Amino acid sequence: MTVMLASLPFLLQGLLTTLRVSAIVVVIALAGGVLLGIGLTYGPRLVAWPIRLYSDVVRGLPLLVLIFALYYGLPALGVKFGSFWAALTALAAFETAHVAEVARGALQSIQAGQTEAGKAIGLTFGQRMLYVVFPQALRRFVPPWINTVVDTVKGSALVSLVGIVDLMLSIQQVIGRTFQPMPLYVLGALIYFAINYALSLAARGLEARFAYVRD
Amino acid sequence: MSVTSAGIPLVRVRGLTKSFGPSPVLRGVDLDVARGEVVAVIGASGSGKTTMLRCVNLLERYDGGSVMVDGVEIGYRQDSRRARGERELARLRAGIGMVFQHFNLFPHLTAAENVTLGLRKVRRLSRREARERAMHWLGRVGLADQVDRLPYELSGGQQQRVGIARAVAMSPKVLLLDEITSALDPELVGEVLSVVRQLAGEGMTMIVVTHEMSFARDVASRVVFMDGGRVAVSGTPQEVFGRQDNARLRAFLSRIELRLYPDGAGA
Ligand SMILES: Nc1ncnc2c1ncn2[C@@H]1O[C@H](COP(=O)(O)OP(=O)(O)OP(=O)(O)O)[C@@H](O)[C@H]1O
Ligand SMILES: [Mg+2]
Repeated sequence: MTVMLASLPFLLQGLLTTLRVSAIVVVIALAGGVLLGIGLTYGPRLVAWPIRLYSDVVRGLPLLVLIFALYYGLPALGVKFGSFWAALTALAAFETAHVAEVARGALQSIQAGQTEAGKAIGLTFGQRMLYVVFPQALRRFVPPWINTVVDTVKGSALVSLVGIVDLMLSIQQVIGRTFQPMPLYVLGALIYFAINYALSLAARGLEARFAYVRD
Repeated sequence: MSVTSAGIPLVRVRGLTKSFGPSPVLRGVDLDVARGEVVAVIGASGSGKTTMLRCVNLLERYDGGSVMVDGVEIGYRQDSRRARGERELARLRAGIGMVFQHFNLFPHLTAAENVTLGLRKVRRLSRREARERAMHWLGRVGLADQVDRLPYELSGGQQQRVGIARAVAMSPKVLLLDEITSALDPELVGEVLSVVRQLAGEGMTMIVVTHEMSFARDVASRVVFMDGGRVAVSGTPQEVFGRQDNARLRAFLSRIELRLYPDGAGA
């Protein structure tokens, strides 16, 4: 027990890495995914088609394959990339594709009449997005988007496989020293669950808040 | 009333063509609308009325011909016949109002906000000026006490009046109305048409696609009968409703409104 208590600061360090990786990926995937979602929905074929290809390929691969591909593949191509950034890029690419699909779904749920009404009063594309489409698409976007955040936190455990000491790897390293797998895995599971449960609660709260307009 | 006496028409449509895929929908539409004129467009379902109207503010791109509003070609840059960019289009559309069959109000905005959005973001009015102007127009359409309601809290007739206020508040040169009462319960049609009637009385230039023949007769300065993607008959309401020599027009009118002109001779 004392060994476990003593290992807590180390685990905390790992947890911080997990949170940091997740946060960076969530921000990149949000910005990138929304842009790609707009491109998918409104872009000309020349824009939408490559995005479609990217999204389908990336979502069709296991995340682990993607991480290894960047981790081993990029150096082979002569790109110097630390293992941290290789793993993070892979995770970000993966989540970006998922957010793009969520964004596309939300944008497409807005009736064409809304865009036309915006055009008819002289709003530009950007203004229509900002004042007409986004506010309405938001409530369709946020709940599934939070699912992608949950997936990100869970998926971030895979970065341990390329040697990044996140929560997962720090747990395994403590187990390596204490030979007490059960309590440590339980502790780890509880921490992951706590983070993601808080996120789902937030999702449900937001869903309720957005229920202000009837369709 | 005649187009030439008012100088250059405010809206000038010439040889307008448009196909959806292989099927031609507009096959050379010619239409002039003078300043202050109210033109009612009638015609059978599928004759191209909506498509023609949507070409006037380029919600629909046209294939050939020309649409000029206040001397400016809508579809293309005059110099190059290149399509206009987003910004230019937005600026042109701001001067052309449109009211939709299904209202298309912004459901997340109150009645007042529906009206102020364009005033603030397009006309760049201050929050206060925009609000005042919205209040003025919402008052004019009889909704002074509903300004802070969301669309779903309003009846269809009230929603459509917000739609009209949203369009006219932008001070458009011309107002396009596409069957704006056909989605309404019969008892709500009157309140919307009376607003349009008032606007007509104040000299607002309008192109009104409608199935309300009595409204077309009372309010329009000119009636245009579209058939098969062309303007087949055009004239004063008396002329058009009284005409005997066009079988398609007669068939259309008798289908729509047997009761109004039983002797076929206009009012
Ligand atoms: N976006 C579109 N894609 C394909 N075909 C279309 C489209 N819009 C209209 N059409 C076709 O074009 C023809 C003319 O349609 P339009 O809506 O202009 O007729 P309309 O005179 O307004 O008819 P209604 O009285 O029913 O409103 C119809 O045959 C319609 O099916
Ligand atoms: Mg129509």
